[in-house]
Amino acid sequence: MKGNDAIGEGAILAGCRHFFGYPITPQSEVTHYLAKRLPEVGGLFMQAESELASINLVFGAACAGARVMTASSGPGISLMQEELSFLAGSELPCVLVNIMRGGPGLGNIGPSQADYFQATKGGGHGDYHIIVLAPNSVQEILDIMKKAFDLSDMYRMPAMVLADGIMGQMMEPVVIDEEKSIEIPPRPWATIGRDYHEDRNEINSLFVILEEMEEVNLRLLHKYEEIRAKETLCEDYMLDDAEVALVAFGTVSRICRAVVDKAREQGIRAGLIRPITLWPFPYDVISRTAKSVQCFLVVEMNMGQMFEDIEIGAKGRAPVYHYGRLGGMVPLAKDILEELKRVSERGGTGR
Amino acid sequence: MARVTFREDRCKGCQLCTTACPKKIIFMASSINEMGYHVATVTEQEKCTGCGLCVIMCPDMVIEVERGREN
Amino acid sequence: MRKITARPYSLRDVPFHYCPGCMHGIAHRLVAEVIDELGVSGRTIGISSVGCSVFAKHYFNVDMIQAAHGRAPSIATGVKRVLPDRVLFTYQGDGDLAAIGIGDFIHTAYRGEKITTIFVNNAVYGMTGGQMAPTTLIGQVTKTTPFGRSVEINGNPIRVCELIAPVEGVAYVERVSLHNPKEIIKAKKAIKKAFEMQLNGIGFSLVEALSACPTNLGLSPLEAVKWMEEKMIPFYPLGVYKSPAGVV
Repeated sequence: MKGNDAIGEGAILAGCRHFFGYPITPQSEVTHYLAKRLPEVGGLFMQAESELASINLVFGAACAGARVMTASSGPGISLMQEELSFLAGSELPCVLVNIMRGGPGLGNIGPSQADYFQATKGGGHGDYHIIVLAPNSVQEILDIMKKAFDLSDMYRMPAMVLADGIMGQMMEPVVIDEEKSIEIPPRPWATIGRDYHEDRNEINSLFVILEEMEEVNLRLLHKYEEIRAKETLCEDYMLDDAEVALVAFGTVSRICRAVVDKAREQGIRAGLIRPITLWPFPYDVISRTAKSVQCFLVVEMNMGQMFEDIEIGAKGRAPVYHYGRLGGMVPLAKDILEELKRVSERGGTGR
Repeated sequence: MARVTFREDRCKGCQLCTTACPKKIIFMASSINEMGYHVATVTEQEKCTGCGLCVIMCPDMVIEVERGREN
Repeated sequence: MRKITARPYSLRDVPFHYCPGCMHGIAHRLVAEVIDELGVSGRTIGISSVGCSVFAKHYFNVDMIQAAHGRAPSIATGVKRVLPDRVLFTYQGDGDLAAIGIGDFIHTAYRGEKITTIFVNNAVYGMTGGQMAPTTLIGQVTKTTPFGRSVEINGNPIRVCELIAPVEGVAYVERVSLHNPKEIIKAKKAIKKAFEMQLNGIGFSLVEALSACPTNLGLSPLEAVKWMEEKMIPFYPLGVYKSPAGVV
């Protein structure tokens, strides 16, 4: 199965029956797949006039209690940022997929990881977070879609799956577990009409009384703390005796895994940390690893965005280096290996 | 037989009811309510026909009109 | 004696925050009365927009959603597509519908979405303090058109009913005014028709209600009514613009 199709099929397996979206390369295939597939399972695929409309259609469907999603790429996700803030403030569940592309501006359709900051640090206004998941295989895409819907429901907040064109185009065998029954949690807060629940419901992010707004923020904060404590996901490879820890997510993590093997063949004890949740971020793993490695090498398709989170996690205990390719370019294994050799012989921190 | 009453605490003194009344019996009282507005009032209750146009005009649902036999 | 009027059940018994002479309260009451009369209160969901009328979310005794600026029609569509048997209305001002949200509005209309839009046009921005609206009249002084709106700088005011009436998918369009009891009675009939179009699955329906914002016009409520009669209604003629029989 292709990565982009796995996004669609994963959503259907998760019980999602509503998709609202707008075409953009390299995400368009997700819409093609769901446009055909959703009606087959009694669902609705609707193409909106823009990403602004898409995310607001998602907002409405979420208010009505549906498992709902949209997908886009950088420029489209930028357009959705206002509503992401509203979704977070109104505490509504929904899933977004960002098939990142080269930027800034219109950029290009090459694979990129340059939307890390936007996704993990809150691209919209106000104090909020969304859950961010970064799969690195087609099977994981398929499974993580359900995870995204479940987390989004459980914590009543948007969840985003972050991938790129390589992940989208990648073709890999998958195992589909159709036996799993879908349990969609009840939504007593949904605005489905006063007759269908006790009292009346209001979905709202406007709190003109400052104390009330602070209360809402505190509630969000407690929720975020709970998620940080319970939902952080991270994978490591050959880390136990590693002298240099590579850190990478998504597409790049696959390349880095091969780099670890090559480095070990050449006598360099390299290991790999792969954050699966980018928010909440596995700072603990970084922090723990900082005590045992000589240094970190963060490899990304950006100028050094997750790099900053590694620096926070390392707390100055080990130097953190960055190697990135930009503007839609993909780092090659041989170049990463070169960089790995260079940093393993050097102290200090830098990019 | 009709009677018009005003929920004075909700009146914002906009006077729209004074022009809606075909009998022109609604006027603004010299007294003010808690919000500081002069409130609409009627002294010549006997002239009220209970047409309810003031109720229709009032943006704040201040006015109630009763009509029929006194009981 | 018998009360000839009563607060509609679909309106909560709380004071409106609106300024003296603001006609949002009238429009709220009419919508709530219609919802009651049609017996759909328990399955109605309203979307309030950004601007003074954002607080509609608080006043209607039905499930309510507060939308981002201009997006109420898209949100209403999202709800309606999940729950086609519910009754959806958006309550939007002139800035929300005719400026930032005109794209969502037009596309929702073209899709023939079975929702009802109550569009309150008072020709000025209220919440932000009296700036130009897309419906501000030529020559009208606002905080951002201190020398009067000029066609050269600001372009022409948007006539929403005339714009949307020819659109396929639109079932009903009427412009009403809230400046006197006679027109208010007509306004209620229009709102009822608009909701009936939705209930009968005919298409998108719009009622534009002309309203006064005395505070931001710098007029007394009674002067504002006069301003509506003399300036606003001649530019925004009242009447039915579209019905299932066709464009009027």
